[in-house]
Amino acid sequence: MDFDFSDDAKALREQARKFLDERSGPKVARTVMDGGDATPLWREVVDLGWPAARVPEANGGVGMSSEAACVLAEETGRSLAPVPLIQSLMATEALLLLGTAAQQARWLPGIADGSIIAVTGWAEGGAASPAVAHARVSGDTMRGSKSPVADAAAAHLAVLSATGSNGTQLYLVDLTGPGVAVTPVATLDLVRPHSALTLADASADPLGTPDGYHDWLDRAAVLSAFEALGTATAAMDMAVAYAKERVAFGQKIGRYQGVKHKCADMFIKLELARGHALHAAWAMEAGAPELRQAAAAARVASLEALAFCAEENVQIHGGIGYTWDSDCQFYYRRNRALVAGLGSRTFWSERLVRSLEQRNAAAA
Amino acid sequence: MDFNDTPEDAVYRAKASAWLAANAGEYRNPPAIPYSREEFVRRSRAWQKAKHAAGYTGITWPMAMGGQGLSPMHSIVFSQEQSRYHVPTSLFDIGLGMCLPTVFTHGQPDVVARYVAPALAGDEVWCQLFSEPAAGSDLAGIRTKAVKDGDDWVIDGQKVWTTNAHLSDYGIIVTRTDPSAPKHKGLTMFIVDMHGPGVEARPLKQMSGGSDFNEVFFTGVRVSDSHRLGAVGDGWKVALTTLMHERLAVGGKPSHAPGYATLMALAATIDTDTGPAMAQRDVRQRIAASYIADEGIKLTQMRALSALAKGQVPGPEQSISKVVVAKTMQDMAAFAMDLNEAGGFVTTGADPDLARLQGSYMASAGLRIAGGTDEILRNIIAERVLGLPGDLRPDKDLPFNASVAA
Repeated sequence: MDFDFSDDAKALREQARKFLDERSGPKVARTVMDGGDATPLWREVVDLGWPAARVPEANGGVGMSSEAACVLAEETGRSLAPVPLIQSLMATEALLLLGTAAQQARWLPGIADGSIIAVTGWAEGGAASPAVAHARVSGDTMRGSKSPVADAAAAHLAVLSATGSNGTQLYLVDLTGPGVAVTPVATLDLVRPHSALTLADASADPLGTPDGYHDWLDRAAVLSAFEALGTATAAMDMAVAYAKERVAFGQKIGRYQGVKHKCADMFIKLELARGHALHAAWAMEAGAPELRQAAAAARVASLEALAFCAEENVQIHGGIGYTWDSDCQFYYRRNRALVAGLGSRTFWSERLVRSLEQRNAAAA
Repeated sequence: MDFNDTPEDAVYRAKASAWLAANAGEYRNPPAIPYSREEFVRRSRAWQKAKHAAGYTGITWPMAMGGQGLSPMHSIVFSQEQSRYHVPTSLFDIGLGMCLPTVFTHGQPDVVARYVAPALAGDEVWCQLFSEPAAGSDLAGIRTKAVKDGDDWVIDGQKVWTTNAHLSDYGIIVTRTDPSAPKHKGLTMFIVDMHGPGVEARPLKQMSGGSDFNEVFFTGVRVSDSHRLGAVGDGWKVALTTLMHERLAVGGKPSHAPGYATLMALAATIDTDTGPAMAQRDVRQRIAASYIADEGIKLTQMRALSALAKGQVPGPEQSISKVVVAKTMQDMAAFAMDLNEAGGFVTTGADPDLARLQGSYMASAGLRIAGGTDEILRNIIAERVLGLPGDLRPDKDLPFNASVAA
């Protein structure tokens, strides 16, 4: 039994943590919130080869396993790095899983060398889940709108869900082409930029099948679970550090069980989520049939941990945590970005139970 | 990442699996009616003897102690295979898992030679005499005293929550030998003969109706100084050895406790006033939550096993196990009973899944306390894993007899 990341993935994680500890974190998030430009950081990330991690060598990449994408997502989440890396990794998974050789050759080299920023989008502003798309494709053009789409303002390529003649599936849309309008939308997350895409007969290249769309959702959920784990861990670490230094009633507040048990609960939720996320990472790399349930469980458990850590981090900080100048708000707000990014716990819990029912029916 | 055995573990698993198939066949299913006390003891001893003869006891113990000298992975592989059968092992779990490792780590050589082999062979049953009426979570607050008298010690006091004391031949007991020392310093551990004069074990009836544990009274019980474990005054350190073994021994979900699959099976049979239970979103959310807790603990244990398999010390993740398992059992059982409305409350003629969940609801209230309460376990996670400061302990450095008086 070897239920842990490979040495290669661990080495990449260490490299990413070291770099992002130095170059990112809440301070950098604040400068971006205040209008600063994070493009230089993205250039450094490209130079480190992270967007190329999963791209096959034949397409100009490094050809690492999906574990590499998982650890990069976790470290990006931990550091709140204001770069479009996770979107790029999710789009890369879509191309790797569903793309034809021609589609891969067209887009992956640019993603690997940073000349193309790719994003993914399913939401259409309303209460629908990732299973539903009102955007329509007929012939080879798409009509409709997608919002919010993270990191789209700087992007060249979008992998979007839409409904065509075969059902709801993914399409590749060149954001620099005609019929595409990208306008900023304000969200609760003041660091990660989001946009609305308006598609008026924009050229849309089908990527895979309707079933393939759901296979991709599983993989995107695994990456988002690792991102959530990273962000939640940073929120827990912040809460624990404060509980060790803040004094009230003559002692460190971390001595009070009302505070320390909250911290213990953060750890408990995080460890449960980490087990599921690792299981999902294994299933993703192995192409195991358990991926559907493992990815859903990882997504639900990690969102549960993130919401708890982000909310209770503010609570442990008390009044100072509620101020604009406190870093607590970054985790509290990012929690909502991660929920909105790929569907809520309700959607993924339902998907988990449905996959358990299907497994039971198949076993019967 | 992979979930397969190493070639060495796979060979051991195949061997264990074949041996179990040949020797545990009658335990494929749970007993139709629960065993009587005598039958339970007889079967437990017979099973321990059979394993001993085949070399499946003391798997991780040193060969010099009659063990097999193998790795923790071998022991875990055997336990995994054994758990496919409903074999009676609980009579020996505490003795072999906790007491005897303490004996051979801290005992004097002739005492070790006398006691270890018969325990391993299933001839003698052991219990652990730690908790007292006034010392549960605060274990170092025990009051049972031992006073030196010639070459002997004389023990007076009371222990409680002692699992299997009424079935045991020997026990390890923590006593206070110096009441004027601070509470962690004045303790000493001994081996005590449970059949000796002055020892009386009285089974306690639990809230669930079962009787697994006892209160045990000690009145002028004489123990030879040769039966001391560790130095005089080192009882707390010795007890920590025992508890370290306890942490390795317990933690997972009790085998055969109902899980998310039981909840799914039950929900499939229920019609609510708004339609089939399995079609209700809240029911499905609760099933997902149960799956995440149940499977999350299994996956957490696999992470610890992976570390063991590589010869590393498992990380702190293992510490979350019992605190999650016990409360999940309670919540899941309560939800299942809610789903059954008034039917969930009636035990006469309850469907077997519902009956198991009713049993789990009663048992989980005890599990949340046994072997470290939810609160103590959260303290341990917060203090040892996250590094938060310990609770204020005003009596920690006071002479024990001064703090008790206060």
